[in-house]
Amino acid sequence: MQPVGGVVPLRVDIAEKTFRSAQGVSIKALQDLSFEVRQGEFACLLGPSGCGKTTTLRILLGLDKDFSGSFQLPEGGSDRIAAVFQEPVLLPWRTVEQNVRLALPKSLRTKKLDGLFDTLGLAGMRSLYPAELSLGLARRAALARAFATEPAVLFLDEPFASLDERTAERLRHLLLTVWSARPTTALMVTHNLREALMLSDRIIVLAQRPAHVLGMFDVKLPRHYRNPQVMSDLLRSFQQKFPGVA
Amino acid sequence: MSAPDIGDRPPGAAVGMSSQSGLAAALTPVLTVAASLFGLGLLWGLAANAWPSRAFPGPGLVWQVLLAEAANGDLFYHLGATLGRVAAAYVVAMVAGSVIGVLLGSHRRADRFFSPWVVLFLNIPALVVIVLAYIWFGLNEAAAIGAVAVNKIPNVVVTMREGARALDPSYAEMAAVYRFGLLDRIRHVLLPQLQPYLAAASRSGIALIWKIVLVVELLGRSNGVGFQIYLYFQLFDVAAILAYTLAFVAVMLVIELFLVQPVERHATRWRRRPA
Repeated sequence: MQPVGGVVPLRVDIAEKTFRSAQGVSIKALQDLSFEVRQGEFACLLGPSGCGKTTTLRILLGLDKDFSGSFQLPEGGSDRIAAVFQEPVLLPWRTVEQNVRLALPKSLRTKKLDGLFDTLGLAGMRSLYPAELSLGLARRAALARAFATEPAVLFLDEPFASLDERTAERLRHLLLTVWSARPTTALMVTHNLREALMLSDRIIVLAQRPAHVLGMFDVKLPRHYRNPQVMSDLLRSFQQKFPGVA
Repeated sequence: MSAPDIGDRPPGAAVGMSSQSGLAAALTPVLTVAASLFGLGLLWGLAANAWPSRAFPGPGLVWQVLLAEAANGDLFYHLGATLGRVAAAYVVAMVAGSVIGVLLGSHRRADRFFSPWVVLFLNIPALVVIVLAYIWFGLNEAAAIGAVAVNKIPNVVVTMREGARALDPSYAEMAAVYRFGLLDRIRHVLLPQLQPYLAAASRSGIALIWKIVLVVELLGRSNGVGFQIYLYFQLFDVAAILAYTLAFVAVMLVIELFLVQPVERHATRWRRRPA
């Protein structure tokens, strides 16, 4: 499958990001954080809780502009970005389908979404309101919204947190199915090493606060070879390279 | 895998219980209201019989006056004039009040600066605003409607400011990431979140506005329910005063039942109903 998205990679070069509390205490969240995600690559940003992963993502999403440094989003095809947040963030007063369609640019508003809904197992739930969905289904709807926009780059912020392991595992497989049909440059934040090893082409390992890159871990093996045996080998070699992480 | 949590309610079965008990359940509130109003009328009739006076006519007399006023067309002409002013003042007050309220609720420094103004306008008596509006802008329709709206705007501002403070930023961030247009943001993100506050402001608004409209009409207009009530006050015709009052209250009740409540039900259809 040809990767879509731009020829320009996702390039991040954040010099510094500092939070100032109301009491005037300043906390340095990020320092000299720079990495690249190649086009069509699925990368994971792995690091301990509270190290600044979500902060990084918020900067890349354009939600936080108070930082020094720069970043470059992939171009070509579309210049759209899509995000799957920690919570599904569906509009409760709109149905599943309306939630997905509202995120689409005007030119795509009427496009057929049957395939996407079918793949994600949402075919019979398009007319339901988010309050009528379980958390797992709501997260699928959030995935549907992100992929429907055909983005140039996809950001995921621990999209499977607070789900039971079986549901999370099923959703990871669904994510891979949808992503493989249209490999988009993707950056996912997680603190779950197993999840990162299963999903990504490359893991960007972050250090404790202030966050900076400790190193990269490339998973060159195609995803369908990553069975439990291989996964535990990957886990071992990761731990050899990054002792003490996760 | 998680089971689809859609309750045990197959599509279309929501109203399909046994139709007889459903009908009775639907009629009970209507019957209760009818019985309650009938009881009030009965009490009024008995009281008027016990203390007969020109100043306290019974329901029968008021009904006759009502029919006579309706037959010669006066009732509908004056009701229409008042209703038009109520509607115009309501729209002006809700739009202006909502815009100001949302701006204040989302900009803390502006709120701190303008907060005293809001308190000031909240406490200016309606009568003062009306008199000043007539003096400054003349005895015309715009001054009348403007005066009513200015009386209502501070209440709307206060309610909508609370609404804006309660906005969930995660929806706005989602809308920013997916590049919602301005209209989509207002229609699909902002207004649904403000809906309970809009409903509260509307409810208290309509009742307040129609009462102030009567004062405006009494002071400086030559038609409308307020003008008629003033006229019949000078003629000491209590039956006619009550007839006009009841007619207008009935109109407002119909608006509440057939316009406000259905709109509200439609706006809150997404909320999970208790099973």
